[in-house]
Amino acid sequence: MNLEQAMQIFLQESAELLDDMERILLDAEADTIDDEQLGALFRAMHTIKGSAGLFGLDDMVAFTHQAENLLDLLRSHEISLNDELSGLLLRCHDHVKAQLAVIAGQPPQGSENSAELLSEIADYLARHHAPTSVGDTVFAQEHEPPAAETGEPRQWLLSLRFGPDMLRNGMDPASFIRYLATLGSVAQIAALMPGLPQDGSYDPETNYLWLEALFTTAVDEVQLSEVFEFAREDSAIFLTPADKLAEGCDKALQGLDDAGRREIIAVWRGWGLPVSADILCDPPPAALAATETAPVAATQDTPSGEPVETAKPQAEPRSGIAKPMDNKFIKVEAGKLDNLINLIGELVIAGAAANLMARRSGQSPLVESTMVIANLIEQIRAETLSMRMVQIGEIFSRFPRVVRDVSKELNKQIKLVISGAETELDKSMVEKLGDPLMHIVRNAIDHGIESLETRRANGKPDEGRVWLNAYHESGSVVIEVADDGGGLSRERILAKAVERGVVSPDAMLAEQDIYRLIFEPGFSTAPIVTNLSGRGVGLDVVKKSIEQLRGSLEIDTEAGLGTTFRLRLPLTLAIIDGFLVEIGRSTFVIPLETVIECMELPAELAADAGKNCLDLRGEALPLLHLRRFLDLPGEPGRRRNIVVVKSGDAKAGLVVDALQGEFQTVIKPLGSLFRHLKAISGSTILGTGDVALILDVPALIQHAAQQEAEHYSLNRELTQQAHRASPALPTTTQDSQSGNLS
Amino acid sequence: MSPSISSDALLPDIGQYLTFQAAGESFAIGILSIKEILEYARLTTVPQMPAFVCGVMNLRGTVVPVIDLAQRLARAPTQPGRRSCIVIVEVRSEEQIQYIGVLVDVVHEVLGIADVDMLPAPAFGSRLRADFIKHMARTAKGFVVVLDIDKALSIDEMALLSQQAGREPADSLGMMD
Repeated sequence: MNLEQAMQIFLQESAELLDDMERILLDAEADTIDDEQLGALFRAMHTIKGSAGLFGLDDMVAFTHQAENLLDLLRSHEISLNDELSGLLLRCHDHVKAQLAVIAGQPPQGSENSAELLSEIADYLARHHAPTSVGDTVFAQEHEPPAAETGEPRQWLLSLRFGPDMLRNGMDPASFIRYLATLGSVAQIAALMPGLPQDGSYDPETNYLWLEALFTTAVDEVQLSEVFEFAREDSAIFLTPADKLAEGCDKALQGLDDAGRREIIAVWRGWGLPVSADILCDPPPAALAATETAPVAATQDTPSGEPVETAKPQAEPRSGIAKPMDNKFIKVEAGKLDNLINLIGELVIAGAAANLMARRSGQSPLVESTMVIANLIEQIRAETLSMRMVQIGEIFSRFPRVVRDVSKELNKQIKLVISGAETELDKSMVEKLGDPLMHIVRNAIDHGIESLETRRANGKPDEGRVWLNAYHESGSVVIEVADDGGGLSRERILAKAVERGVVSPDAMLAEQDIYRLIFEPGFSTAPIVTNLSGRGVGLDVVKKSIEQLRGSLEIDTEAGLGTTFRLRLPLTLAIIDGFLVEIGRSTFVIPLETVIECMELPAELAADAGKNCLDLRGEALPLLHLRRFLDLPGEPGRRRNIVVVKSGDAKAGLVVDALQGEFQTVIKPLGSLFRHLKAISGSTILGTGDVALILDVPALIQHAAQQEAEHYSLNRELTQQAHRASPALPTTTQDSQSGNLS
Repeated sequence: MSPSISSDALLPDIGQYLTFQAAGESFAIGILSIKEILEYARLTTVPQMPAFVCGVMNLRGTVVPVIDLAQRLARAPTQPGRRSCIVIVEVRSEEQIQYIGVLVDVVHEVLGIADVDMLPAPAFGSRLRADFIKHMARTAKGFVVVLDIDKALSIDEMALLSQQAGREPADSLGMMD
């Protein structure tokens, strides 16, 4: 492992710690915080500080050190968490995150000035916590770790026997010394090389260096030992107060051969440390047991009093380096996965072709073996496709913070309720959804939730609610953002639209169409332009990005009760189970989730083209003749079939020529040339190598309904009437129109 | 490849062009934007698209749109025959490279054409949109139009045309016959 890799691990680990920290802080705002969480907060900053020290990131060490002090006081209940403090800590979190991003090579963002934050921390501490002199009682305190840097300096003996693989693991012994210098001062240091081979078999990548040092510091044992956390795994690190060496030296010298022991004792003697004379012979087992039960430090029951033999047994890989291995995830470049999926898609097609050939050959063993292969390919494909699926919680998890910040800024009390975070959708989709969702949520908080006074006046609870919900429905993913605010005002939207010239004053619009106006560019009904929204930039962008994902947006609103934005998104790249149908020479795929049943088109309906409704067990089922609707060439066959599909609450019967059955398939995007196609959501490649188009059932139904609504509307009647009347009798147009209206 | 082409390639100011026939006329496209040439195979027609979009095809796992060049250039539709080919070209659109299949009558050859033989398009007489023509190339067999493929097959423009095409018949598709 080289330094670059170690750095990557540091960055990754720090990012995880920071995420934890943010989550805990946000949880704490809603709820009370327990000791364990306080400890976790402290450890997050502390670990980052320690690791940053190893990499010589002095600025970060300086900053995290102060933040850590703050958290340490919090941990020891000397100060308590309140809104102000958690706000401050969140800003510290942001700052560290920004610093890390810069280290990771991203361009610096406009982050806060670390000096300003530091002075705020100092200010906060000065106001809320008068530093108490803990002095010599540090180690006598029961059950409470001493506050950092409040203890009296004392001298420690550090016996650092670094393992031979230290350098290979990317660690530099010098960096520990450099970091130690920030905690105290090194009084004496001696380098030992007992293991250095004399016969010329020296390996430059192996570490032979041991260090013995006398170190004066005010920090406690826990902090001191954590300095060496990274080295623990393969090194023997022994820390003890210098004046207690006599009691602990048996333990300190345990596991060494005589030569090493002699060299170390010589160093200790040279520094005038108390070393007992009989130390040179192996301690008897009884004595060893005694040292175990009577540890080095003064008290037994405080955490800081435990023996500070930090060399861990190999079986317990609890070191900073090993941690990421505990993680159950492997990060893979998305492009590699895409290539793999493409290849598997081709494998499926090739496999199907081979199967076809085998069946033609009539050799049953061959058919059987190709079937086995096809089955395996199917499984591989399903697994690979599921690799791309991630839980939507990935985006949802950033909203608690957004809601908190925005509601603070607007001075509203808002509770965010998240459900369905485990709903899975395609990774690429998740990435593109973040911004549009963010806009909608901000919009809900800013425009949706009323001000406190209005809420009270309307008899609503002070605390507004915003819901984020996701679920699968008929082959699409639905994401809902709901609020219990004032709802959309139809009149205000219309008035604004007329004012902006988006619609003409006499236009007659359906309810949904009016609500959809808020997605027009440059449209905002907010009376006051706020920092967050009201500029009318945003919802049109939201609409565009959702459309780019081939999704749709619906709005449900009820005056005084709230608004729900419903995003319906296709599962691109998902494992789609399709139902193959034939119309003339074309093959289409209907997503199986939308299919309810199939039946033959009754003869009386086939004969009478004017009839477009089927009596389906007492229910009127509208029929959609796909051949006509999609304008496909050829004449309808004599025997036709109906596929009954549903989308949300709507049902329809799709009239097709032939049914071919189920087929599992990979969706291939059709590209931007076809982006306007409403009724087709993508394409797929059949076993024969032909391309089949996938029907977008919800869009199909919506489109058909819209067409019919346009076809049979009052407006149209009026224009038709006008057309009929105007050329012949221009003077009586007025009459004929008013006659029609009356 | 004939020896004459490889010797042409050695000269710096000679470009390589694929010449082919569409709607009975000869055209050329710079060889660098051509990915491959395939025999014509059955295409999947996509509904609600303008006539110049023949459909889509399967190019080893990628779905690629196929354009009838003749109709795109406002000529009579190409009748697919034994020698019909689909030329897969790379078109740049919004920083992305997209593959498009071009249906042509017949593919002739790869020609090396010297820069000095590249003449500007005439003011009129080509019966083509001026921005589709990159150059008029003077060859042994007469003048050949070198197409500006990024313009003639601009995804944005074709998408816009498709959108119009999709809208128009909307009402005629009504529920009754």
